[in-house]
Amino acid sequence: MSTSKFGEYGGQYVPEALMPAIEELEDAYERYVLDNEDGFMDEFRRRLRDFGGRPTPLQHAEQLSERYDSEVYLKREDLVHGGAHKLNNALGQVLLAKYMGKERIVAETGAGQHGTATAMAAAHLGMPCEVYMGERDINRQRPNVFRMRLNGTEVNPVTIGRGTLKEAINETMRDWATNVEDTHYVIGSVVGPHPFPRMVRDFQSVISEEAREQIREQTGRLPDSVLACAGGGSNTMGAFHEFTQDAEVDLYAVEAGGSSLEVNEEEGVAPNSASLSTGDEGVLHGARTKLLQDTDGQIMESHSVSSGLDYAGVGPELAHLVDEDRVTPVTVDDDAALEAFHRLSQDEGIIPALETAHAFGFAHENPEKLGDVTIINVSGRGDKDLESVIEETGKRDIAAAPDMDVFTGGGL
Amino acid sequence: MSRIDEAFADGPAFVPYLAVGDPDYESSKAYVEALARGGADVIELGLPFSEPVAEGPTIQGAVTRALEAGMTPETYFEFVGELDVDVPLVCMTYYNLIYQFGSDAGPRPFVERAAEVGIEGIVVPDLPAEEASPLRDACDDLGLDLVFIVAPTTEGERLERIMEQVSGYVYVQARLGVTGARDDVSDKTDDALARLTEWNVPKAVGFGIKTGEHAERIVTGGADGIIVGSALVDIVAEGHREARPAEDVAADLEAKARELTEGAESGYAQRVPEPEHT
Repeated sequence: MSTSKFGEYGGQYVPEALMPAIEELEDAYERYVLDNEDGFMDEFRRRLRDFGGRPTPLQHAEQLSERYDSEVYLKREDLVHGGAHKLNNALGQVLLAKYMGKERIVAETGAGQHGTATAMAAAHLGMPCEVYMGERDINRQRPNVFRMRLNGTEVNPVTIGRGTLKEAINETMRDWATNVEDTHYVIGSVVGPHPFPRMVRDFQSVISEEAREQIREQTGRLPDSVLACAGGGSNTMGAFHEFTQDAEVDLYAVEAGGSSLEVNEEEGVAPNSASLSTGDEGVLHGARTKLLQDTDGQIMESHSVSSGLDYAGVGPELAHLVDEDRVTPVTVDDDAALEAFHRLSQDEGIIPALETAHAFGFAHENPEKLGDVTIINVSGRGDKDLESVIEETGKRDIAAAPDMDVFTGGGL
Repeated sequence: MSRIDEAFADGPAFVPYLAVGDPDYESSKAYVEALARGGADVIELGLPFSEPVAEGPTIQGAVTRALEAGMTPETYFEFVGELDVDVPLVCMTYYNLIYQFGSDAGPRPFVERAAEVGIEGIVVPDLPAEEASPLRDACDDLGLDLVFIVAPTTEGERLERIMEQVSGYVYVQARLGVTGARDDVSDKTDDALARLTEWNVPKAVGFGIKTGEHAERIVTGGADGIIVGSALVDIVAEGHREARPAEDVAADLEAKARELTEGAESGYAQRVPEPEHT
């Protein structure tokens, strides 16, 4: 049996009705993913290449290298089909569901990146798919909702609570508990009950497998640091996994500092999504991990300008790596992330996802931490965020931004 | 034999559920007491958690109302301590609230406080048998029953593992999915009960029971008790929506409790009597 814990973190805290399905998934994970039974992993890698466009390049970023006096390399996950790393996991899980004989896919989505990736993978592999998405996120991410619909996926709005990722996960778990016999839940991050955190990491670790080889080819050495944004943590674990054994490589998980790191216990609101940096141990969505919660254990409403990081929990393996001092959690606030979004767009001609922009915000604020060679994971592209960026930039004075008057209907 | 076991010893047990603090502290107390007057044999008192993943829309609504009215674990324990009822009380909540309570990490401070206010059993919808040992140990030490849920998908070794750990009663989940009142009785109920005959633990069936007729049918099929939540919470929710006086809502709850108790008893009377031991 693969172990269900990372130190004290992880486990399987789910309703009994789901446990048999989770045991079945554990068995399938071990046979198909770990042991490549029936050539599962070969088919997965082939489809990632032909449908997904892998391998993605590791690109030397000339302007940033000069700006930060460090050789900055970009792992271009924004070039994966669909515009984000999310397909790596979605394709793996939908294919696994097919091998398991499941007939229906459900998924949750925050920013819509995991939802669109799952919708694409489901259409590609001929599986019916339904995605749960918070109503507030639906309004923030309209183009992604339409993309899912175009791929034939049903998008079910979740109206309870604040209508973001946390509520979408609750609702998807309820659907799964109802239809567990023929349905697979494609969870979108390295969260949830075992074996999800381990399995999603394995599908995503193609990022660091490629990057580790590419950086050695291009520079003849390992990097001094790897930077990735962290919400639930799937691009983070994907970018870090193959480097965790390389003690000389510093790993920075960049969390959303939101508008403030202070919590409002009275209102149950943490205006950030920094569960690794500020959270306490607890149990949410099937796993013991670090959480944004009040002293009673009620889960806080998180906040970030980027929907994809807006989550009160984080993957249990990341929580463990932070406790072990292998991964350093850091935060970048909404303002700095927006500024980094504009800077990368202007400097390098890459419009990053707002999630990704947090990693660049950290590089900008702490160039001395990068070392001589650094890899920044460009987890996704920013097309989906343009509406929010127009709105959020209009509210701020951002030096790197273009003149916004024409977009915001006159000076604000 | 615990008081919970005893509640099942003499005819079918009616086990109602309400979320504590829905829609406010005082009304909620009147509602729980009304259920006791209506014939409850055991009462499940929900301690509201912000992420109720096993609940359908009805109980989600109850949880939201209770949290908005200020319910916390400590307020919950005070509430239980003040209740004027003479039936065993079972706390139903999610694991994070149990885990976080008190200064020590782990479930013991929660169980100690629960025992102090007179709670006699605990049921945790997101704690499968695999993760239950720390809570099981604390419950054993303090003399509380730990109720487990058996789902329609629970079979074979899993079933055995759960039945070895369960005490008080086993919560037989009548259908897949989440809590919520339904208009029919699930066919899976009889199958579920059939799988449990070899264990000598009271079997209480829940998920979807709404009427006295459902109760009758389920007890006829061999259940030792019925668990009803959403059908009662519906009455609370409607009373809240229409701003009815709490005593009127309490009277409706008492009447509903009586309907369900009578249904269960009628079902019990129709059972083929077991042969007398000679």
